[in-house]
Amino acid sequence: MPVPASISPAAPIVPFTLPLKLPPKVAAFQPPKWTRWVVHVACFLLVAGSAGVTLSDLFLGTRILGANPIKEGEHLLGEWTLRMLMITLFVTPIRQLTGWNWLQKYRRIFGVWAFVLGCTHLLAWAVLDVELDWGDIQTDIMKRWYITIGMAAWLLMLPLAVTSTAGMVKRLGKKWVPLHKLIYPIVVLGCIHFFMAVKKDYEDAIIFAAFFAGLFAWRLFMWWRKRATAARAAAPARAAA
Amino acid sequence: MLIRPPADIPSSEITPEALYVNRRDFLGRAAGALAAASIGGAALAATARAQGDDDKPNTYEDITTYNNFYEFGTDKSDPAENAKGFKTRPWTVKVDGMVKKPAEYQIEDFLKPHKLEDRVYRHRCVEAWSMVIPWQGIPMAEVIKRFDPLPSAKFVQFQTLLDPQRMPGQQRAVLQWPYTEGLRLDEAMHPLAMFGTGIYGKTLLPQNGAPLRTIIPWKYGFKATKSIVRITFTDTMPRTTWNLAAPNEYGFYANVNPEVDHPRWTQSKERRIGEFRRRATLMFNGYPAVASLYRGMDLRANY
Repeated sequence: MPVPASISPAAPIVPFTLPLKLPPKVAAFQPPKWTRWVVHVACFLLVAGSAGVTLSDLFLGTRILGANPIKEGEHLLGEWTLRMLMITLFVTPIRQLTGWNWLQKYRRIFGVWAFVLGCTHLLAWAVLDVELDWGDIQTDIMKRWYITIGMAAWLLMLPLAVTSTAGMVKRLGKKWVPLHKLIYPIVVLGCIHFFMAVKKDYEDAIIFAAFFAGLFAWRLFMWWRKRATAARAAAPARAAA
Repeated sequence: MLIRPPADIPSSEITPEALYVNRRDFLGRAAGALAAASIGGAALAATARAQGDDDKPNTYEDITTYNNFYEFGTDKSDPAENAKGFKTRPWTVKVDGMVKKPAEYQIEDFLKPHKLEDRVYRHRCVEAWSMVIPWQGIPMAEVIKRFDPLPSAKFVQFQTLLDPQRMPGQQRAVLQWPYTEGLRLDEAMHPLAMFGTGIYGKTLLPQNGAPLRTIIPWKYGFKATKSIVRITFTDTMPRTTWNLAAPNEYGFYANVNPEVDHPRWTQSKERRIGEFRRRATLMFNGYPAVASLYRGMDLRANY
């Protein structure tokens, strides 16, 4: 039985196509190793930049984020956490649509940086916003649902971050992919957290949710397509027997 | 003119003043010698703090660029951006309802009989940030006396301009337009309440509610109505915009109250714009003089 495409990048593309014709994989191309460091540096600059403008507004008197840098910076980091999760989830569809199989190498890097952004968002809230007031933090987590949900999303990211080293990927083997499907509940919780935190204008939250819904729909479609293809492939065999 | 609070408050709701005059915050801040202070002492101390020097006015830039005025967009920086070029002349204010002299006033005629006053007030947003603003305006009581409401009038309602062309935020149904707010008549007559026409001695900018807005310093900022075109006197409690949008989060009274949390965040602390650490929120935003307006009311139920 062939391994499902989502598990192994080397899995063969289904030989004939249902509604959508996908290009063949460009298996031969291997990007140089240093490109991974380029991705790392770009993501680092994003985190350092978002945190940097917040701190610069606070302590150097710049006005990049406006009059309330703590709130604005906190929101900026939260939104970038969701964006980075989105980038992570975009890797597979783009790979499937273009056949650029090598893209897969960067997926884990994006996931790790989504976690780093989630941590800085959490830190901005805990340190700058509620000032490490444990009473307030406890009340918020227990009483305010959107904070409970945000915390849950962050906690679910922990096992994924821990198992994102090359060694852990090897050690977990076939269990790695099912474990990392946790990204789906994480983005659902992240979107709910965003919706509930908004006062009245849901536009941004709706845009995020729509993108994620699209990414989920693509995966459903691919799952259905694979099943239908398998069923078709099985049908002539049965007819012949 | 004697205006009594509406008679529909059951006596069962009577709460001793001690329960709603906030004293814990004060005790936390005051020196140990005052720790045993009586409630009266706490109220006095709050007054003292209100005049204290730790309420430094915010910069004109902060006041004019960090605004909640959804008619011009929902981001804090949107109003300063989108209200550029908003024309506030000619401007008509309609006064109607239970009033002896219903009329439409040109804004110049509305303001002319009154002397502008300068008052520095704390401004506490329901989102737990605050500013100190040097307002310019006229006491609301003077204006209301001039219009001469009928004895049957118990409430006053304020309405913002409805013009989606000039107020692009109204092209999206984020709230029910036009923005409508209201006060009990005795609240509106309180000497602290005023109509604002300026900030730092300069004519109000559109993002701050030009040409005419209300200022009710002991209430959360959303109780203020900006760019007012209509003032209506009525005997029934007016429906108010944020209360219609989320009744469990925004009540009619909206008095600043550190002991009644917003469902999604604490109201016991606030971040003064320009300050790094949060500070304690004061009962009635540090204006204990208004407490008598709510004597006998359960402020937890009437949030």
